[in-house]
Amino acid sequence: MKKGFKNITGTFVPLSIENVDTDQIIPARFLKATTKDGFGKNLFRDWRYENDDEAKPKVDFPLNQPQYKGQILVAGKNFGCGSSREHAAWSIVDYGFKVVVSSFFADIFKNNALNNGLLPITVSEDFVQKIFQLDNAATLSVDLEAQTITIDATGEKESFEINAYKKTCMINGYDDIDYLLNSKTEIEKYEESIA
Amino acid sequence: MAKTLFDKIWDTHVVKNIEGGPSVLYIDKHFIHEVTSPQAFTGLNKRGIKVFRPKQTIATADHNVPTLNQHLPIKEELSRLQVDALIKNCAEHGVELYGLGHPFQGIVHVIGPELGITQPGNTIVCGDSHTSTHGAFGAIAFGIGTSEVEMVLATQCLMQTKPKLMRINIEGKLNEGVVSKDIVLYILSKITASGATGHAVEFAGSAITSLSMEARMTICNMSIEMGARCGMIAPDETTFNYMKGRKFAPQGEEWDKKLVYWKTLFTDNDAGFDSEITLNAEDITPMITYGTNPGMGIGVNENIPTLAEVNENDKSGLEKSLAYMGLQQGHPIKGQKIDYVFIGSCTNSRIEDLRMVASFVKGKHKADNVEVWIVPGSKQVEKQAIEEGIDKVFEAAGFQLRQPGCSACLGMNEDKIPAGKYCISTSNRNFEGRQGAGARTLLASPLSAAAAAVTGFVADVREMLN
Repeated sequence: MKKGFKNITGTFVPLSIENVDTDQIIPARFLKATTKDGFGKNLFRDWRYENDDEAKPKVDFPLNQPQYKGQILVAGKNFGCGSSREHAAWSIVDYGFKVVVSSFFADIFKNNALNNGLLPITVSEDFVQKIFQLDNAATLSVDLEAQTITIDATGEKESFEINAYKKTCMINGYDDIDYLLNSKTEIEKYEESIA
Repeated sequence: MAKTLFDKIWDTHVVKNIEGGPSVLYIDKHFIHEVTSPQAFTGLNKRGIKVFRPKQTIATADHNVPTLNQHLPIKEELSRLQVDALIKNCAEHGVELYGLGHPFQGIVHVIGPELGITQPGNTIVCGDSHTSTHGAFGAIAFGIGTSEVEMVLATQCLMQTKPKLMRINIEGKLNEGVVSKDIVLYILSKITASGATGHAVEFAGSAITSLSMEARMTICNMSIEMGARCGMIAPDETTFNYMKGRKFAPQGEEWDKKLVYWKTLFTDNDAGFDSEITLNAEDITPMITYGTNPGMGIGVNENIPTLAEVNENDKSGLEKSLAYMGLQQGHPIKGQKIDYVFIGSCTNSRIEDLRMVASFVKGKHKADNVEVWIVPGSKQVEKQAIEEGIDKVFEAAGFQLRQPGCSACLGMNEDKIPAGKYCISTSNRNFEGRQGAGARTLLASPLSAAAAAVTGFVADVREMLN
């Protein structure tokens, strides 16, 4: 069981790039672990460091800019496209993010995020662009129960969608697997019906 | 009520619908490999449970395996640990493993179809986004994350929301030198890398139904590159002829029974889609990508787009891509010098791909400035290539025929393209660093890749036929 949450208010990290694929989030060479831990240090590895050298951070990359911090990552559209690697969600969570905001998420990434207690929030392209215009001290407020995200300085607010089942899971930290394991009798009945 | 192909399969696999939530979807076939499964088995072990239906999961080692000297122990320690973990997990849980050294080993999306495991009407999943490949048989097949791998191992089910439905029709006859890879790169160039997100895509039309099964697999394989949940093609005589007699395909009376069902798997005339597009096969020329997502493709004789030509929102993306690729806006792509040629991956590593390349290069030799790697999709493909003498053709052409695996498609093993080098690749992704940190990938068909291997630069294969 993961830790659930209802509200988050805080600063954010802007990643104003579209089509961020999971190979960028976590390059394939870091997929050789057999546990889920420690992926955060390789998050956006090749965008973060010159020649894969931790001593040479790329200064213009937001994760390397001290003015940007927080538990909310805001990214351009089609975030998480490409490979199904759940390591992408693990690395974002392990780095310390709890929410990712974009105008558009790739399907598999969205599921992987939700399965790891990382909330993907889909907002309009306009709203994402407004966030990118904010200064680095600005805060965002996410209210999962009300399904809203607010730019605190201006009060501008957008609602986001999440199905009722997933919302309950996120708030309470429930896993799909618990639900499925509790559905075994129905699954067995289904199997008999198709045999 | 009129139903789509997708609906017909989906509806018969719903165990139950959750109020205000997803459906519990039953999974017929589950493929696993060494990279996205270890944490799922750890999860089962922590809960103290066994794989629920071990006979419905099939394992192979493909993502990080070496493609040279596979008989020797894996040198790279972390890769070896993952492969060893797969062996141990499969043994403990009673899952069949076609690992290194097994005559059925190969890329997971190549072996499923060639063994007859992939069947029409199935729900098929794997911890790999290119699981969409199996949809070519009229199956619902999609990639999943490791948490979902754990769910399928534990319960043979997944929680899924029903996607929207899209149909892409390709009508007409393909031009000479244009193959199925060009069709899918063309579709991508029209609808972009996010054009089908949230949708299950059915590919239809005369240009699709005239394709072989292997060519259909190439198209469904890359439906994920449009963002699609899955891609599928209605099964027909081509499908049934391909399947008949395969190792795990139904036999005898069972075959006859299944065939009756499979023949009901098509989209009814009046069934509706959320969106539909139709493209003409005649408009398609050999395609090649110039950027860093698979939607950034052009005909080989076209120029790379200029910043002025693209939408305001796409300008920074184009600029960033071209800077990474070391290419100029507005310039032709034809004539671009190439350093490496990679023919392989779950997109294009089947026997027809190898035959296509061999028949083109027979009597020709690779250019001096290129290194050419041919990586067959499976042990069976490799064996067949040798039986047909294709290996000799490659040897004479200076091409290196390696052993099966995912190889330079994602560079998890030693097969990496060095930084700054150009690789024309028959794989599916041209993302930054995909084939190695700093590697520059141009996606193309096996035929176009072979043409580049011979000339040493991006060439129009049509000028080299006959």
